[in-house]
Amino acid sequence: MTTGTPGAIKAKMRMGDRVFSGSTIIAGAIILAVLAAVAVFLIAQSIPALVARPGQLPNAAPNFWVYVWPLVFGTIWAAAIALIFATPISIGVALFISHYAPRRVAQLLGYVIDLLAAVPSVVFGLWGIQVLAPAVQPFYAWLNTNVGWFPLFDGQVSGTGRTILTVAIVLAVMILPIMTAVCREVFLQTPRLHEEAALALGATRWEMIRTAVLPFGRPGVVSAAMLGLGRALGETMAVAMVLSPAVVVSFFVLTSQNPNTIASNIALQFPEAAGLGVNTLIASGLVLFVITFIVNAVARFVVNRRKAFSGAN
Amino acid sequence: MSAINAGGITNSLTTGRLPRGTVWMVLIGSWILLGIVFVLVQLAGGTKTFNLVGALFLGTVLFDILIFAISYLVEGVRKAKDRLMTSLVATAFIIAILPLVSLVYTVVLNGLPRMIQPSFFTESMRNVLGSGGGALHAIIGTVEITAFAALISVPIGLLTSIYLVEYGRGALATTITFLVDVMTGIPSIVAGLFAYALFALITGDVGYRSGFGGSVALSVLMIPVVVRSSEEMLKLVPNELREASYALGVPKWLTVLKIVIPTSIAGITTGVTLAIARVIGETAPLLIVVGYTSSVNYNLFHDRMMSLSVFSYTQYAQQGANAADFLNRAWAAALTLILIVMALNLIARLVARIFSPKLGR
Repeated sequence: MTTGTPGAIKAKMRMGDRVFSGSTIIAGAIILAVLAAVAVFLIAQSIPALVARPGQLPNAAPNFWVYVWPLVFGTIWAAAIALIFATPISIGVALFISHYAPRRVAQLLGYVIDLLAAVPSVVFGLWGIQVLAPAVQPFYAWLNTNVGWFPLFDGQVSGTGRTILTVAIVLAVMILPIMTAVCREVFLQTPRLHEEAALALGATRWEMIRTAVLPFGRPGVVSAAMLGLGRALGETMAVAMVLSPAVVVSFFVLTSQNPNTIASNIALQFPEAAGLGVNTLIASGLVLFVITFIVNAVARFVVNRRKAFSGAN
Repeated sequence: MSAINAGGITNSLTTGRLPRGTVWMVLIGSWILLGIVFVLVQLAGGTKTFNLVGALFLGTVLFDILIFAISYLVEGVRKAKDRLMTSLVATAFIIAILPLVSLVYTVVLNGLPRMIQPSFFTESMRNVLGSGGGALHAIIGTVEITAFAALISVPIGLLTSIYLVEYGRGALATTITFLVDVMTGIPSIVAGLFAYALFALITGDVGYRSGFGGSVALSVLMIPVVVRSSEEMLKLVPNELREASYALGVPKWLTVLKIVIPTSIAGITTGVTLAIARVIGETAPLLIVVGYTSSVNYNLFHDRMMSLSVFSYTQYAQQGANAADFLNRAWAAALTLILIVMALNLIARLVARIFSPKLGR
């Protein structure tokens, strides 16, 4: 605080201050350097794949974009289905914890959902292939026979249940905790006065939630969905273990000919890859990086825009 | 309004409402009904075993429909919608819990018998082709790689968060905040590819594999988590404490070291522990840059190492002649991993609860 005296009093610069503030700046700069390095090294390693001539790439692809397109499609398709499952359920669970369950129970339930976030993805992979896939296969067969007129359920049904729909269910379970956590935080921030005003006007609990909580929380729900999407796009092991992949672009969700995802393709191919194969995989990793970067940037943009006006309440 | 013409009704406050307990009776009733249906399906040979999940799920759906219909007839459309949404929200919660229960049950059931054999913690997989062997090499690898990742990420993450809270103004701070957000979203496999590309370029060896590379990949994933959580904790330190310290003539760096950090150390420890718990189960980056082996390797800087998550994956993916031996080891490793992660989570919560400073009240 300056007091109006001409020439504000300068504190003496101490050695310790300089060293300490200098080291914090260096730490911050390291983060800049790391991200720059991620971009530079990935680009440097993927250039050979980007300029490769026909006949050099895996899967007999004429160029890199033809090689990567089914993978991009599979990545987005699996993540999109997972998001369709996870969004309504996470909103429901978040509402249950924030507005329905008794306070004490709610805290405990919050822990339980957080525990779900702590389970490593390789365990989800094991569970998905050993428990979930056999369990849902009869249901898939039933869907295929009886609801086969619905375009997505058409095709030759898989005998193992290792389809993209199973992958999407596993992904939905995996992104549920983060989406629930974000939604819950936003719902809890709803101004108490708005809720009480709605109840005082005679609204039932659902009408109160519809008129006060959901409009307030909508940007939070959108950003939760985007964060979940980002996670689902980058998930590797669960997909690699559960999916039975093929090089196709197909919307059928019950067949054993499924488009693979970028991350899972890298994990499966990398240990045996050599030469240009490695470069191709790194280039596909770069594509994945760009996709998740865009999704996350949009999510952050929505969150930050919300910050700007929530102070008015 | 109904009080006026409530002649024959004993309690006007309960007219037009469902009696207490109706909801639960309808719920249990629909579960039992669907249970009977599935028993009949089983007896008719439709399913081999009793489909408990199916009965519970379809029973809950039936309950949702029934409660809406009953409430609509007795209480009117607004209350009926309210009851429907309440039961739908509860249904969502049950759907979310089912996979967790199934997962924990399966992992414990399949993993525990193999994990409690002492050889699991004392032997590696060297020269083991059938049953026997253990995860010693994987546990050593996991501990070394994760510890080194923490050694890299904690100083960088903590100092960065101090910069953002105490010093950072202007363009650099905004850029770092934005990039930390971006880093949070880096897929783990991309972090693994980065570490591989980095070391392949530096060493000129395209087949480069080492535990240190894995530590670097994990730190890329861990740094943003540490920065985020420490930043939140440092922001919670009241400004009055800093001002009191300045007023006594304490330099800024000593204020940060002696006042701000000790006040928030519990929160920071919790954040770091949760960050470790998050990366300790990572598989994909380690699969790429560390590779896998069946022997013990203590040297972080030379040659391939095994880690628990990759051990679990390779045991599943490369099954030998007798698949059950390999699957048992995979489940046991998964259970060990879950136990470690849960222990870390519990420690984090305990630290937060016991050591957090009592501010105000």
